[in-house]
Amino acid sequence: MHPIPPGTRDVLPDEMSELRSITERLRATLDAAGYGEVWTPLLEYEEVLRAGDEAAAGAGYRMFDERGRVLALRSDMTIPIARVVATRLAGVAEPLRLSYFAHAYRSVGPGTGHQSEFLQSGLELIGVKGADGEAEVIELTLAALDAAGLARHRIGLGDGALYRTLLATLEVPPERRDDLIERLSKRDLVGLELSVDRLGLARDARDMLVRVPGLRGGAEIFDRAGGPAVGALDGLRTLYAALADRGLADRVILDLGLVRMLGYYTGAVYEVYDPAVGFTLGGGGRYDDLIGRFGAPRPACGMALDVQRVHIAQAAEERLR
Amino acid sequence: MRHKLTIAVPRGALLAGTLDLLDGLGVVTDEVRANDRKLLFEDAGIVTMRPSDVPTYVEHGAADIGITGKDVLLEQPDREVYELVDLGYGRCEMVVAARKGDDALAESLRRLGRVRVATKYPRVALRHFAETGRQAEIVQVNGSVELAPLTGLVDAIVDLTATGTTLRENGLEVLEEIVTCTARLIANPVAHKLKAPDIDALVRRIRGDWE
Repeated sequence: MHPIPPGTRDVLPDEMSELRSITERLRATLDAAGYGEVWTPLLEYEEVLRAGDEAAAGAGYRMFDERGRVLALRSDMTIPIARVVATRLAGVAEPLRLSYFAHAYRSVGPGTGHQSEFLQSGLELIGVKGADGEAEVIELTLAALDAAGLARHRIGLGDGALYRTLLATLEVPPERRDDLIERLSKRDLVGLELSVDRLGLARDARDMLVRVPGLRGGAEIFDRAGGPAVGALDGLRTLYAALADRGLADRVILDLGLVRMLGYYTGAVYEVYDPAVGFTLGGGGRYDDLIGRFGAPRPACGMALDVQRVHIAQAAEERLR
Repeated sequence: MRHKLTIAVPRGALLAGTLDLLDGLGVVTDEVRANDRKLLFEDAGIVTMRPSDVPTYVEHGAADIGITGKDVLLEQPDREVYELVDLGYGRCEMVVAARKGDDALAESLRRLGRVRVATKYPRVALRHFAETGRQAEIVQVNGSVELAPLTGLVDAIVDLTATGTTLRENGLEVLEEIVTCTARLIANPVAHKLKAPDIDALVRRIRGDWE
């Protein structure tokens, strides 16, 4: 036995040709939309990745170079691209459209069925504020997956700041908020309800904090959220309207409980689902502060897909035909 | 509805309560009740398994929803599943127990600086002792945890107890209660979005039965 590390794999020609066919189709869609492909180094200085997001550099693989500096394998491509944009592309004023096909690394335990090395396909749109930028990224993601042979995929849309805004509006003491956010991001809705009950809020406020994270669906959930949530939903409402204009309303699922764990998201967050795969195919969001951590701030949003999971969904789709 | 969702059902102590719950929701469980070797019941949309495997099947989407104990979820905190409802039944206590009248735990801590603990729940045990400021050496065993302190393998155990009978019969007593565990309804994150109406309808009916 000459083992390879848990969560990594060798790819042989049959699989490789299928993977290649998928990445070519994704790439063609992104190319046609004006997204230029970039490469960044697999190894970065850990402190540079850490400047982008504290959590992103902490969990993965680290090593020393010949001078004793700490290097890390990137855990996603968004932080390296933010670095590139703030340094190499700092002088370019107009919107930037970038794409990538690259491996990223996250440590996983053996036997969990998760990959520690995974091929990501993604796009980043820099310099376009608000719903226009987000709608473009979502439309393009859906189109790229159509081209790759998927048919039943949907995109979940949430607002990473929504629950925090609700907590502030309902005047929940600041020191109690992190516990609630943590339970929500761990999808522990039973624990969330217990924590909300302990706040001793009025009935209406209590019900809202318990009910809102469970709301998923189409435009009707804006009405069902009600009360103090109405103002907090403005961003999501505008985005949904922009998507409806593009004829995509039935391909997205609004999800008021969606919180993505990465710290750099500032607003809308997305997840990609397909009924053939139990895990998300990918995700993304708006990260207006991230590029500023490396230089001049610029609004940006993007999406990343796990190519191997897209392949599983594509193979399942083929079997259905 | 029941044909759209695949449900992971735990065998063992939670099985009876779970089948009663499903009966109340209109899922036909006769075949499961009549057959304790078969694992997959396609007509009812039920798959049966050990409680500790339920989060695995649900996380990977092999089942849309599942029922398992909070003890299992505490031991597998990294599973990406929604915990939707506290179902209330299967109530047990996660406890620290040791030989009755024996102060091996305190003695070990004082003289050896650490306590040796046998358990099937290493993460729960390690966390409990860390949170209470004590160093613990965890010895993982797979069955009959009560044996470990009797043979001198460890000073104490961390285990789940419903009535305390097994502990008492083996001359052990509860020293500390860590957490109360009940059955929980969990859901796959993708099914939670793509099958939201089915899952919400189920949750509403369960809550209606309970409240």
